[in-house]
Amino acid sequence: MSGAAALGIDAGSTTCKAVAVDEAGKIVGRRLEPASPRIDEQASRLLAELRTEVGGDPPVGATGYGRKRVAASRVLTEITCHARGAFALLGRPGLLIDMGGQDTKVIRLGKGGEVLDFSMNDKCAAGTGRFLEVILGRLHVPFDEVAGQVRRAGRAVSVSSTCTVFAESEVISLVARGEPLEGIVKGLHAALASRVAALARVPDGTELFMSGGVALNPAMVSALAEALGREVHVVPEPQLVGALGAALAVA
Amino acid sequence: MLRRIQYELSGHLVGPALLRAKEWRRRRSRRGLAPKAGPFGPPLESARKLKELMSLHYLQGRFADGAVPVAWVTSGFPVELLRPLGFFTLYPENHAAMCGVARTVPELSDAVEKEGYSRDLCSYARTDLGCVATGKTPAGRLPKPDLLACCTNICQTVLYWYKALARRFGVPLVLIDTPFVYGEAKPHHVAYVREQLEELVSVAERVSGRRVDPQEFVAVIARAKEGSRLWGECLATARSRPAPWTGFDGFFHMAPIVALRGSEACNAYYRLLLDELRDRVARGTGGIREERHRLLWDNLPMWFAVRELSTLFAEQGFNFVCTSYTNAWAEAGVLVDPADPYGSIARAYTHIILNQDLTNRLGILRRLARDYACDGAVLHSDRSCKPYSIGQVDLKDRLGEELGIRVLLLEADHNDPRAWAAEPGENRIAAFMESFG
Repeated sequence: MSGAAALGIDAGSTTCKAVAVDEAGKIVGRRLEPASPRIDEQASRLLAELRTEVGGDPPVGATGYGRKRVAASRVLTEITCHARGAFALLGRPGLLIDMGGQDTKVIRLGKGGEVLDFSMNDKCAAGTGRFLEVILGRLHVPFDEVAGQVRRAGRAVSVSSTCTVFAESEVISLVARGEPLEGIVKGLHAALASRVAALARVPDGTELFMSGGVALNPAMVSALAEALGREVHVVPEPQLVGALGAALAVA
Repeated sequence: MLRRIQYELSGHLVGPALLRAKEWRRRRSRRGLAPKAGPFGPPLESARKLKELMSLHYLQGRFADGAVPVAWVTSGFPVELLRPLGFFTLYPENHAAMCGVARTVPELSDAVEKEGYSRDLCSYARTDLGCVATGKTPAGRLPKPDLLACCTNICQTVLYWYKALARRFGVPLVLIDTPFVYGEAKPHHVAYVREQLEELVSVAERVSGRRVDPQEFVAVIARAKEGSRLWGECLATARSRPAPWTGFDGFFHMAPIVALRGSEACNAYYRLLLDELRDRVARGTGGIREERHRLLWDNLPMWFAVRELSTLFAEQGFNFVCTSYTNAWAEAGVLVDPADPYGSIARAYTHIILNQDLTNRLGILRRLARDYACDGAVLHSDRSCKPYSIGQVDLKDRLGEELGIRVLLLEADHNDPRAWAAEPGENRIAAFMESFG
């Protein structure tokens, strides 16, 4: 191994991601773990592991909510890093929807991959990965069964509230009323997608991309595509896009 | 009589002496300390005079009731009608901003929330009603009003807020209702406002026990017009590169044009400030050390975080060179005309930015962004000020498309820190600044 050009770390609210990239900007090493409350320890350990794996002592770019706790040569917000990472993988402008644990970001990418504009969910976590995580947990639906359940569901049971706390009690009463579990899960996805769609306001002729951990959930991707009325392309290795962008910023 | 002597002494003799002594002690304690290195340019010399002017105003206010007639007034009220009658005017909004800066709002708001006022109400209203309920104020004491004077050109909330005050104090409330302006005010709108102004004068005369002296009235209008013109000139110095001050400085230096409009003290202050700003322009002294980007701010400031936010931006070379809020007092105030007192006041106060449709508001923002050569804008979506915040999503899109500038919508509140999520908020600001490359 010739050694890496840069390391990137994305210390998010739910998971901590780290990557090593080579001179061409290709990911040559990766780490992903649930986020630890001791961000600095976790970050240095993951970075040390990557250094051992790829060799050398390349510069580090950091992003994510815990970015300020990481010893890095450059610290940037997730918005800039997701834009940079996604553009490096896709090479074309469009609208990038990054659905992470704590927030959902809609980023408009220019022709050169620059951030033209962005919007985010308001102060609460409704419309984010956390929303699904909490409620699916409550319904005892494991993540790998979600897509199958939604596929099997006949009609979506309407879930009106997108507040995580209120939706939880709403879902419990739907279960108590005897509504089918699959339909409720489908309804949750539709509720979440409509919230993101309101944030996205997609201009005609714009390509849609998706990154972040939630993009690994095919049911969410198709719910979004339905709500926005067009195809949604998932960026390769969507969870690592922020860390990749951070690495590219120092490469 | 005794009260009157206390009032005059506090304003002209004891107050100034006390403030000078305080300033002398402050300077002595800081002697030998190196000025703090930060992202800002040298502080404005006038700021000391501003502090003295406003402190004296509030100090005198402590002794105003019983000495002279006292009116509590909304920021958009035609105060030109009250000055000739010798009213001491207190601006609850200006005072609430002081509480915001002093970070006492949650405590004051809690007091009225317990009385049943909702947290969804304007945080200025909650602050003011909280001060009245608890008697707590950074000014020491607020004079009781003899008259409440309210104009709906800034919002409808003021009407209900002042009605609550009227019940509490048992004093007359005068209301000037201004029809909302689409395009330009129609002649019958102006006539409607004008009639109310004439009615108001008779109430104010009764409360003050004086008659309006037409000559004094005309003189006040001329002074108010001149004050607004001077304030506009001060703001316009920021068209220079670098801007000699920051828009956030402007939020503090606007206090006299809001609270002392129509007085000679107000105009004298702005002449002083203008001299200093022009001098800074001539010397190339900036409000921030390194001005890389010039921004426009829309809506009220977040009083509880002005310093933190301005530092956050200034550290990265971003300066707010204009704000639609401080501009409001330069824009409408100059429309008053001593040659047509009632007609021009009716017109001027109907054309306040918040009383105008979205097309007009977009026009103002577009003009400011162009005149001040801004390459970005921050629109503060103010939870407490719905009339100012409505339509900002469209304003953001249009400004971005038409001027090719970057625009950030920032959700917060002008006075209640509990409505500001600092971590995600500052994250957005950081991302916004990064997008400039």
